[in-house]
Amino acid sequence: MKKDIKLSGVGGQGILTIATVIGEAATEAGLHLKQAEVHGMSQRGGDVQSDLRLSTEAIHSDQIPVGGADLIISMEPIEALRYLPYLHEEGWVVTSSRPLVNIPNYPDAAAVADELAALPHVATLDIETVARDNGVPRGANMVLLGMAARYFEILTADQLRTAIRHIFARKGEQVVADNLKAFELGYGQPA
Amino acid sequence: MTTTHQLLLGDEAVALGALHAGLSGVYAYPGTPSTEITEYIQDHPLARERGVHSRWCTNEKTAMEAALGMSYAGKRALVCMKHVGMNVCADAFVNSAITGVNGGLVVLAADDPSMHSSQNEQDSRFYGKFAMIPIFEPSDQQEAYDMMPAAFALSERLRLPVLFRIVTRLAHSRASVTVGSAANENALRPDDDRTHWVLLPGNAKRQYASLIAKQPDIENAAAHSIYNNTEWATQGGGTGVVACGIGYNYVREAAPVGISLLKVSQYPLPAQQIRDMAAQCKEILVVEDGQPFAEEQVRAMLGADYPVKGRLTGDLPRTGELNPDNVARAFGQENCPAFPPAVNLAARPPQLCQGCGHRDVYAALNKVVADYPEARIFGDIGCYTLGALPPFRAIDSCVDMGASITMAKGAADAGLYPAIAVIGDSTFTHSGMTGLLDAVNAGSDITVIISDNLTTAMTGGQDSAGTHKYEAICLALGVEREHLHVVTPLAKNMEEITRILRQEIDYHGVSVIIPQRDCIQAYARKKRQQKS
Repeated sequence: MKKDIKLSGVGGQGILTIATVIGEAATEAGLHLKQAEVHGMSQRGGDVQSDLRLSTEAIHSDQIPVGGADLIISMEPIEALRYLPYLHEEGWVVTSSRPLVNIPNYPDAAAVADELAALPHVATLDIETVARDNGVPRGANMVLLGMAARYFEILTADQLRTAIRHIFARKGEQVVADNLKAFELGYGQPA
Repeated sequence: MTTTHQLLLGDEAVALGALHAGLSGVYAYPGTPSTEITEYIQDHPLARERGVHSRWCTNEKTAMEAALGMSYAGKRALVCMKHVGMNVCADAFVNSAITGVNGGLVVLAADDPSMHSSQNEQDSRFYGKFAMIPIFEPSDQQEAYDMMPAAFALSERLRLPVLFRIVTRLAHSRASVTVGSAANENALRPDDDRTHWVLLPGNAKRQYASLIAKQPDIENAAAHSIYNNTEWATQGGGTGVVACGIGYNYVREAAPVGISLLKVSQYPLPAQQIRDMAAQCKEILVVEDGQPFAEEQVRAMLGADYPVKGRLTGDLPRTGELNPDNVARAFGQENCPAFPPAVNLAARPPQLCQGCGHRDVYAALNKVVADYPEARIFGDIGCYTLGALPPFRAIDSCVDMGASITMAKGAADAGLYPAIAVIGDSTFTHSGMTGLLDAVNAGSDITVIISDNLTTAMTGGQDSAGTHKYEAICLALGVEREHLHVVTPLAKNMEEITRILRQEIDYHGVSVIIPQRDCIQAYARKKRQQKS
C-alpha cells in the first residue's frame, strides 16, 4: 500500500508541523517515507508545499508525480486548488475553507468555495474558527490533520495521536493536550 | 557496530555522516539549501562534547581557507555552501587541489536546479572537474550519510579535497536513514612538507604535475566505486540509461521496461562502464539534475555517430530540475492529470513580513526618490531583495553578494546620480566591505544603506558576522563621521529618516546610513526562548 500526500498552505501556517507528525507516525509504523519540504525564501508569506510519500514498499522519487496524489491537505483554499493537477482521480482534498488574503488579486472567495465544492471528494472546514471557538487557537493545523486522518488508511488515528504526543512532548503537557483536542475536533467532523 | 534508524533531511544525513567520520570542524556561510548541515552539527550533542568547530564564517572563501588550515593541521574538515558560494571560494578551492590536503577535506556544494532560492542554476560538478578532484553525488539520504566517511577516506588516501554535490530535492527531503557509530577524530599532525603548501611557481609546477599524475588513480576509484553500478537488461539492444545522483530515483519511479541502467554517484564518469553499455544498447539517455555535465562527456566519449539523448536533445528539459513527470516523458510515458488546473488561482509570491524594518526602509526610500527621478537603487541578496516586488518595486538590480555597493560605484563613475545601494548587514560583511573601501578611496558619489536587522534573516536567522560593529567598520574603512548615520526604521521616525536620506543624496561623496532594528522573526524566536 502507498499514500502520496500533498501538503500545502502559506508560509508560516504550520504545514511543516503537520508533516513532522505524519513523519513520526510513519516511522513508528515502520513504513517507508519520503518527505520533500520547501525551505528558504518562499517561507516568507508565499505559497509553500510539501510532498509526503508513505508506503509499505521502497519509495524512489522524493516528489509526487502529476495525477498521483491520494490526498491534498491544505491550510488554505486556493493553496488546495493550486495542486489539483497532482490529485489522483479517486483522491481526496481536505482543506481549510478560510481564505488567507495577503495578495491584492486574491480570487473571488465564493468562486473558490464553489470550485472546491464541485470536486468529487472534498472536505472543507473553517479550521481557524473551530480551533478558536474551542479554546485551542493555535491548533488549526491539528484540526486539519484530524479531518485528514479519516482518509489516511495507511496510518490509524491512534498512530497519529501517539505521534502528536511525541512531537509536542518537549513543549509540555498543556501543549500536548491542546493539540490532541484540536485533532479530535477535526477527526469528529462529519465527512 | 550498533545501528539505529533516524528520520533525516538530506542535509542532516550529510552532517551526521561527517560527524561520524570523525569531523573536527565545519566551516560555512548560510545559504539555501545548505544551511541545515551546519545547524545540525551546531546542535548535535556529540559535536558539543567533542568541541567540533561549527561557528558561522563571514563568507565561503574564509570558510574554505579555514577548512584547508584545519586539514593542514591533520584533522578532518567540511566546508558547506550553496552552489553560488563556490564562485566566492573558487580561488581557495581550486588551489586546494594544487596544495593537496593532509587531514580529509570535503567541500559540499548544494545546487539549486529550478532556482527555488537562487539567482542561477549552475552545476557544481563543473568545479570538481575543473579542479580535477573526485566528486561524490549521493542519490538518496542513506547514501548522503554513507558516502561522507567514504569521501573523507578517499580525500586522505589521495591527499586531495573531494567535492560532495547535492541538490535541493535531496537536501530538503526527509527519509529514514540507518546510522552507525562515530569514528574518532584525527590527532593534531601538521604537514611539515612546505613544498606542498608554499605555492611559489617552482613548487606549484611540481604540485600541478603531481595532481595530473593522480588522475588515473582518481578515475580508478570511480570506476570501481560501490556507488557506480550497472543493472543490465535481460536482452541487449534496448536503451542504456546513465542516471546521475537523484536522477536515478526518477528513473526507478518511471520503471521503464527493457532498459540497462548505470547509476553514477562518483566521478570522474566511469568511462569503461559507459562504453560497455553503449556496446550493448542502441542509444544512451543521460538523466542528471542540473546542467548537461555528464551528457557532454558521454557524447565526446562515444563519438558523433552514437545516439546520446538528454537535456541537449530536448528529451529532457534544458532548464529546471528533474521530476518524476519529465523523466517519465523521456521514456515515452505521460503522467496525466485527472483534474485540469484550477480556475480560481493567483500567484502568491513571498513578501517582507508585516512589521519588518526593511519595509520602513523602502517606504522612506520610495518617498525620497520620488523627488529624484534619475535615481537608481542597486539591491543585494537577502530578504530585502523582496523590495523588488510590489508594493515597493524599489530596486533596480540584484546580482550577487555585495554587488549593490560596487555597481552603484560603477554607475556613479559613469555619471549616474543619485546612485544608491541597499545591502543587508550579513551581506555587507560577506562581500560589501571591500567595495565600500573602493568607493571611499575613489571619493565616489554614492549613498549606501546598510539595512541591519542584526541577523542573517533569509536563511532562518543565523548569527551575522558584524553585529554591533557596522559603524566601527565603516569608520575604519574611511567613511566620514558626519556622513555616517544610524537610524531606527519605524514609521514614527519617517521624518528623520527621509531628511537624512535627502541630505546624504545631496552630499557628493560616500555616505552610509544604517537603519538598525531586530528582524521581527528573530526577535519573536528570542522572546519564545526566554519564556521557555
